[in-house]
Amino acid sequence: MTLFGAGVFKGMMVTLKNFLTSYFRDRDNGGIFTVQYPEEREKAIENFRNFPFLVYDGSFSKLRCVACGICERECPPKCIHIEMELDVTGKPARKPAVFDIDYALCMNCGICEEVCPFDSIYMDHTFEVTSMTGRRSLIREKKALARSNEYFQKIRPAIAATVDQKRKAAEDKKKAATPQSAGGQASQTPPPAQETK
Amino acid sequence: MNINKIMQNNIETKKIEGSDILEINFGPQHPSTHGVFRMIVQTEGEKIRGLRPIFGYLHRNHEQIAENLPYAAIMPYTDRLDYVNALANNFGYALTVEKLGGLEVPERAEYLRVIMAELARIVNHITVIGFMLNDLGAFFTPLLYAFRERERILDLFEEITGSRLMNNFFRFGGVKRDLTPLHLATIHKIVAKFPAFLEEFETLLSKNEILCMRCQNVGVLSPETATNAGITGPVLRASGVNYDIRKVDGYSIYNRFDFKIPLGKKGDVYDRYYVRILEIRESLKILEQALAKIPQGEILNKKTLPFLRMPRNFKPAVGEAYGRVESPKGELGFYVVSDGTPQPWRYHVRAPSLINLTVLEEMCLGQKIADAIIILGSIDIVLGETDR
Repeated sequence: MTLFGAGVFKGMMVTLKNFLTSYFRDRDNGGIFTVQYPEEREKAIENFRNFPFLVYDGSFSKLRCVACGICERECPPKCIHIEMELDVTGKPARKPAVFDIDYALCMNCGICEEVCPFDSIYMDHTFEVTSMTGRRSLIREKKALARSNEYFQKIRPAIAATVDQKRKAAEDKKKAATPQSAGGQASQTPPPAQETK
Repeated sequence: MNINKIMQNNIETKKIEGSDILEINFGPQHPSTHGVFRMIVQTEGEKIRGLRPIFGYLHRNHEQIAENLPYAAIMPYTDRLDYVNALANNFGYALTVEKLGGLEVPERAEYLRVIMAELARIVNHITVIGFMLNDLGAFFTPLLYAFRERERILDLFEEITGSRLMNNFFRFGGVKRDLTPLHLATIHKIVAKFPAFLEEFETLLSKNEILCMRCQNVGVLSPETATNAGITGPVLRASGVNYDIRKVDGYSIYNRFDFKIPLGKKGDVYDRYYVRILEIRESLKILEQALAKIPQGEILNKKTLPFLRMPRNFKPAVGEAYGRVESPKGELGFYVVSDGTPQPWRYHVRAPSLINLTVLEEMCLGQKIADAIIILGSIDIVLGETDR
């Protein structure tokens, strides 16, 4: 039979030890691990996903998105809205005229980046999206969603590198194919039948 | 019947004659109810004479939403059932759809699944113990010690899956992303360090007289009541019933690992606390073995690759499947009926927290009012799963 209160005493020694060692141990070994958030920040983890953004190469007019609408259809909470831009003859211009994402609905699942066949939509690292203008400001339009490829390379270097490599290989193949036949251009575009299935 | 009337019927409690009964309303926004859970407690002095749990405040129509979505798009919604350990939910749902669609899982993916699920179990158990102690009045010191360890695992989850809590990591026939040797080394480090933390945690708590006095012989659940009510998980095992789906079903590759099922003796709150501590130790054992044995290879069945790009093309044959896993809270089952379309015709979740809640009144009767909170804490409910 141990002395009554010995368990409590031993427990208090544990808290005392933790209190004292927290001052000189490093973060991973039981030291203080609080980050003073707005001033200090955690190092961003590459795979971290939050809200989606659209990638463009070079300038804003060169969005990778071709408005195929796959992400719009597969998005579980249906937070994406896309309208295809039409050219002067009324044919689809393979560019989005409207591309809205409702950040209030988005649940950050990452399905859009998984299904996109054009490496156009990816998940961002920004999480500070609040504003003073209310609900309306959370519906992000095309302009607000677009980010350059350089930005993508900066936040997700490993993924961007493989994507760049893949795109470059596809472009080289296309370049090699065009002089021989005019069909090279057509084969680059995915068959529309795939979408209607 | 309109909704007001239903609510009123729920609130009506049984009348007890010949005594001074005071009705106390707990929640739905009481901090100790672990979410929006409401109890109406009838007390005589300090003794509990009746208890009515009322839930449904967090109902989000999970099952109906799922019936209108393609199979793959349900996966992120299952994260939101039991948000403390989303990976167990992912596991259960992936297992069910694989049964339905007859998909095989590659060897490496099975190991990755077990590793992730066991890490999630550790996260869940230390969180529960921490919050249970909070309910006891041991404010935040043990909880934050537990959270310090939990944070390491959650950081790892963020690196691997992209999110700390809403992991969305499992895919039909595999997992989303491979673990690099660096990740495996980190897990190894966590597993190696964890026993020391548990040792410290136990010195702080397990023999603490105050904790023992508050927990021992409180909220006793007999094995008969537990089995009759369909209780599963640590709550059942604390009552001394040896039932763990990892052993009973041996789903995934659990039959390859050597681990024990810790059992309680009395079925009181202390046993429920202690069984969880022992379960963490067993999980660490499984993790060690899995890390030693993990093979190289594919992480996704080749047959499911096209469905990642085109989830709507995944149409399992007409039929039904029930898959279950040992989630840290109990038996988590998914029942899916397919009619050959991209969406499930019927989708049902057997949530362990909901079923474990049904014995709350039996456990609380005759106890002190302050004990009701700790008994509720020891069942380990998550309202996201209870209300769905």
